[in-house]
Amino acid sequence: MTNSPATAAPNAASKPIIQLRGLQKYYGDYHALRGITTDIREGEFFSLLGPSGCGKTTLLRCIAGFEDWSAGDLSIDGANMENVPANKRPTNMVFQSYAIFPHLSVAENVGFGLRRARLPKEELNKRVSEALDMVGLGGYGKRAAHALSGGQRQRVALARALILKPKVLLLDEPLSALDKKMREQMQSELRRLQRQVGITFILVTHDQEEALIMSDRIAVMFEGTIEQLATPQQLYRRPVSRKVAEFIGIMNFLPATVSRADATGIDVEVVGLGRATIAAEQCPAGAKTGAASVGFRPETMTVLYDNDPVPASGQIVTGTVAEVVYFGDMTYYDIKLDGVEKPISISMRNVVGRPVLERGAHARVSWDNGALVLFC
Amino acid sequence: MNLRKLFRSEAASGYLLLSPTAIFSIVVMAAPLIAVVLFSFMTAGYLKIIWTPTLANYVTLLDQPIYVTLMMRSLIVAAVATAATVFSALPIAYFISFFVPPERKSLWLFLITIPFWTSYLIRVFLWKVILGYNGVINSAFLGLGIIHEPMTFLLYNANAVVITLAHAYAPFAILPIFVSLEKIDRSLLEAGQDLGESRFMTFIRVTLPLAVPGVVASVLIVFIPTVGDYVTPTLVGGNNGQMVANLIENSYFKLGNYPLGSAISVSAMGIVTVICLIFLFLNRRFLRSRS
Repeated sequence: MTNSPATAAPNAASKPIIQLRGLQKYYGDYHALRGITTDIREGEFFSLLGPSGCGKTTLLRCIAGFEDWSAGDLSIDGANMENVPANKRPTNMVFQSYAIFPHLSVAENVGFGLRRARLPKEELNKRVSEALDMVGLGGYGKRAAHALSGGQRQRVALARALILKPKVLLLDEPLSALDKKMREQMQSELRRLQRQVGITFILVTHDQEEALIMSDRIAVMFEGTIEQLATPQQLYRRPVSRKVAEFIGIMNFLPATVSRADATGIDVEVVGLGRATIAAEQCPAGAKTGAASVGFRPETMTVLYDNDPVPASGQIVTGTVAEVVYFGDMTYYDIKLDGVEKPISISMRNVVGRPVLERGAHARVSWDNGALVLFC
Repeated sequence: MNLRKLFRSEAASGYLLLSPTAIFSIVVMAAPLIAVVLFSFMTAGYLKIIWTPTLANYVTLLDQPIYVTLMMRSLIVAAVATAATVFSALPIAYFISFFVPPERKSLWLFLITIPFWTSYLIRVFLWKVILGYNGVINSAFLGLGIIHEPMTFLLYNANAVVITLAHAYAPFAILPIFVSLEKIDRSLLEAGQDLGESRFMTFIRVTLPLAVPGVVASVLIVFIPTVGDYVTPTLVGGNNGQMVANLIENSYFKLGNYPLGSAISVSAMGIVTVICLIFLFLNRRFLRSRS
């Protein structure tokens, strides 16, 4: 109900290009991958998101052929990849350090993988300059690789990988070394490139914002397992666990008690908010009666100004403003609801005619049942 | 007044601080060098030097085949010894850099320096024991019945000089190559394979070119001193293994002809300098600065 068709991957119906079945990886005693089973679809922008040490890079390196796995199966385009070395796989990688060959020129870097195709010289030069044009580096071919900026190195790494027309492009934290402005520019450029070439991109990142912006689907990983695999909207609105909710953006949590949970809905008593009836799908992990917690995003609550009418669908609770941070376009409030110890965060868009409440002021907060997520 | 001002200036105090080392360098390095160059244009008289500038010594060097022959032999022996040293050092450096776990690397480098614990002279003598007529190799082969009389081509010729030099200079060649291999970002090798090349081709196309600065350093470090090596040809070279340094020693101390000895020294230095510059020029592509 909450997921409109637009949120799904554009090629949602297409066949899987990578199939992972119970993939396990041990480094000595350390259990880096704990049974990864999932399909990555043809032509989608797929992200592996998680904190450092969650196994996302290990999984990417298994797909690329730089790591062996301890158990399970990995197939790419229907072919089992066991004992297939990296140079025989239909994948190419953009490394975190870019791994630009320092002894070669830009054109020699980009054409590195074409040696084995034994193309005539004009054909080779044509393909290299096409690849450089595609990443916006037309005319840079003769430059020495060590004379490039970070963003340019990244583009060379992309051109060098894409020129080989891989079935899957692997990106290992490709934007982490760039400054903020460059990173934002590359995010949209990568997205554009992916649509243009139409192949599967698999991005490893620890930056949730980056994953949300770029991906068709995101696999959130913790401690060697995929905690949730969903579209960015599903992930943000309906996280399956508090862990995912805390990792993606900001979420407020309040203790709650579930008194009824069935297919028609869930009755829940939330500390500070009161009684609410929510839809079954608002507890994506499955609800059961008893103690639980309820989460909601800061922007789903509204701080009402004196004369604001009560919204039709909303209920109202009261509290006091514990902290105000004015941010120009936004104001961030910490509000202590009556009867709740820990303040909750609420973000409000600043609009004309709406003053910012001061610290210690009395606040009325309206909220919507539909914004709640239940974690049992 | 002005003097005090002068001594207070930064440049002056800089030169003052520099002067002990500067004077030391001039006295122990530049002065002998200048003296040798000057001597090479003089003429040896009976028990004295005739101070009239002349090119006669250099003409002698070109005239008499012995000098050209020994210079050529020195260059060839040094080149072969350098090639042998660097080619055997490369796999060792590669092994330590790529296959020895990081915490063991310093132990391995330490072990490589063990030959330096004994004097060079003793190491050369040990090669005499190994290569000699009744030496380790001959005895072993005789005992095994592979040969019926001792091999004589092992000792007292240019081969023995090459073997001994290659062994003696191995650590000097291993260390610079090791350093340049250590500097290679390992993700470059993964990138090579990711782009479709086998391990071997990645080695040829990525590792080797990036190791060139270390190889060049090794070549220079081994070649320059071995051209002028004196002890090794004296002890294991025999008559046909004599090199240019023996000739210089002969001119100075046996013939007492300082000017001729100096001329040989100066031309040897000049030739080695030119060869090294040509070598560096040929490898300039790989020696460009990198970030």
